Amino acid sequence: MKKPLWTLGSCAMMLALPHTAMAQQATELTFWTFQQAHATFFEDAEAQWNEANPDRPIDLNAEVYPYDQVHSNLLLALQSGRGAPDLADIEVRQISNYLQGDVPLVPLNDVVEPVLDEMVTSRFDIYAKDGNYYGVDYHVGASVMYYNQEIMDAAGVNIDDIETWEDYAAAGEQVTANTDAVMTTFESDDIFSFWIMIAQQGSDIFDADGQVSLDNQTNIDTLQFMQDMIHEHGTARAAPGGGHHSEEYFGFMNNGGAASVMMPMWYMGRFIDNMPDLENKMQVRPLPRWTEGGDRSAGMGGTGTVITRQSADTELAKEFLAFAKLTRDANIRLWTVLGFDPIRHEVWDSEEVQADNAYYQFFHEGIFNILLDIRDEIPGVNIHELTPTAQQVIETNTLHTALRTGNRTAEQALTQAADEIRMRMR
Amino acid sequence: MQLTQFLSRRRAQKAESRSPLFSFLYSRKIAPYLFVSPFILSVLVLYLYPFYSAIQMSFQRVLPGQVFYVGLENYERVMNPIFFRALQNTSIYVVLTVILLTVLPLMLALILNHRLTRWSNFFRAAIFIPALTSVVVAGTIFRLIFGESDQALANQVLSFIGFSPLDWRYEAWTAMFLMVAMATWRWLGVNVIYFLAALQTVNNDLTEAASMDGANALQRFRHVTLPAIKPIIVFLVTITIINGFRMFEESYVLWESSSPGYIGLTVVRYIYREGIQNNALGFGAAVGIILLAIIFVVSMIQLYLTGAFKKEH
Repeated sequence: MKKPLWTLGSCAMMLALPHTAMAQQATELTFWTFQQAHATFFEDAEAQWNEANPDRPIDLNAEVYPYDQVHSNLLLALQSGRGAPDLADIEVRQISNYLQGDVPLVPLNDVVEPVLDEMVTSRFDIYAKDGNYYGVDYHVGASVMYYNQEIMDAAGVNIDDIETWEDYAAAGEQVTANTDAVMTTFESDDIFSFWIMIAQQGSDIFDADGQVSLDNQTNIDTLQFMQDMIHEHGTARAAPGGGHHSEEYFGFMNNGGAASVMMPMWYMGRFIDNMPDLENKMQVRPLPRWTEGGDRSAGMGGTGTVITRQSADTELAKEFLAFAKLTRDANIRLWTVLGFDPIRHEVWDSEEVQADNAYYQFFHEGIFNILLDIRDEIPGVNIHELTPTAQQVIETNTLHTALRTGNRTAEQALTQAADEIRMRMR
Repeated sequence: MQLTQFLSRRRAQKAESRSPLFSFLYSRKIAPYLFVSPFILSVLVLYLYPFYSAIQMSFQRVLPGQVFYVGLENYERVMNPIFFRALQNTSIYVVLTVILLTVLPLMLALILNHRLTRWSNFFRAAIFIPALTSVVVAGTIFRLIFGESDQALANQVLSFIGFSPLDWRYEAWTAMFLMVAMATWRWLGVNVIYFLAALQTVNNDLTEAASMDGANALQRFRHVTLPAIKPIIVFLVTITIINGFRMFEESYVLWESSSPGYIGLTVVRYIYREGIQNNALGFGAAVGIILLAIIFVVSMIQLYLTGAFKKEH
């Protein structure tokens, strides 16, 4: 009689064991993004979190929607007070829409401030309001020039001799004279080319006091320089398809249509995914300078991961976000997995970052040495409540008329845009 | 005799025993209201409530957790050049789609309805298929066909017949062409079906009588067929006008964030741009209310002109 009882008892215990493990049920966290790569990155972090924290497992649902849809749906969910995810990606140009009213996002100060010294702080300022940090970026977004070595060689230009934008324009003449390619393309439906070039000179759309500075002399001269390259010298053209993310552009660039392109470092992945024929042909270099001693880069673009106040467990979400994006390991993975220039500058010269990977193989060695070289020359941009509107005005009208059609001078186009934005500020 | 008495007594008992719910449901006064109540409820919940909210919101500035009244400020701001540009684009689009989406389907329906046309069932199905396609898929394909590249299909056709390639998505007239072409491609088949159904109602006796009186094909069409299908034409024109003013998708799939020089901006696109992309829901609501008024007035004028309000003789 004793034996069966004992067997029964041990069976009961065995049944109970998995039950105790089940008690640690994973907390569900939802994450919205517009980049498949970001979703993969977070899913990877989820696995690592669960390994490191078996007592507090999470179950991450990463959902990928198109860019516009993520931002619209999130805004409406936050406005209406329900339906928002725990974590979400917000692109920097959109962030100010979410920082109005009673900010519906969770301040991240207690996880950000302890590590801020290790970080490129300007990448946190763009997601901050009234001393609160609301977003953690994926990258610094240091702008660089990607040169097609094959075309430059055919044109007889040594890319290391290009020091200033004047040299760059002169090299453009050589490229168009000796090859079928143009020197470069400028975006006409997107703001990057223009914004990088003005930010590099310390100028911006809004100044530090929040006033419209779009029509200042630096910006006018810069846009005129771009317009002249396209319409007067024929050394550049408006990017096919309107921007550097369109199918038309990928095809054009892949077939050697342009000798160079100016984009942030995070653009490297686009070459690997969309322009495979350029493997081992592209050289990364700092941007030409505008003046002697001027900056050779600008921090551009960016996507901040935020936590919404609708999250059921904001503390857990916050810790997970810090684990996924602020730690040393996380920042190494931002480079090895996504090919981004991580926000934690301390890792830039680490062994892990310098180790061989797909990006070094596609481009060349020493990419991070360039970043180390220009680390103090990466000015950020000013984000204003009306940045989404300003961006829309510039993309819709200014760049279209000044760069694509060329039927307005830089001054006319910028004055009109600045007036339109000032009207909105009233 | 006994049996009839028994039956009538039984009937009376049965009537007494009917529950109040039963008599309520079978009441001649209540039943009609009961039957239309789902419709009335859905109108109240899905149309009237949002309509009321939109009117209220159009006088507000709406931010998360903060809503305050701003009086007529939103309406004052609507009267700006960009709104008028959107209205102009939309109006051109409405006129073009109304013409194309009545004339073309009518012609095709007449051809398909003709006794000499062969394979008409196949063509009916083929013309209808685009209506089943998702506009996003169609938009992506249109975008590639009319891409900014010499290799894009449309530009290859142009070079083949001796013209130079076009930047389809960057010129005002080509942009309008793309939007109208997409709408026509999508809705042609549906309208053909409407017209085919209408053509079945044309009285054959009248047609025969007219031909015996010596009317030629054109006269028969004008004096017999056209009056018979007029209600359908009025219906389709009304629907096309309303759909035209509400157009959003065609523009959205061709230019996702914004169209260069506002060439693809429609009124609903403007609502989306201001209300959602620029986070000004109150302003977006004001534009929406104005659009509602415009559609209402235009539809009324159109229905009045086509005689829809006249009593039938």
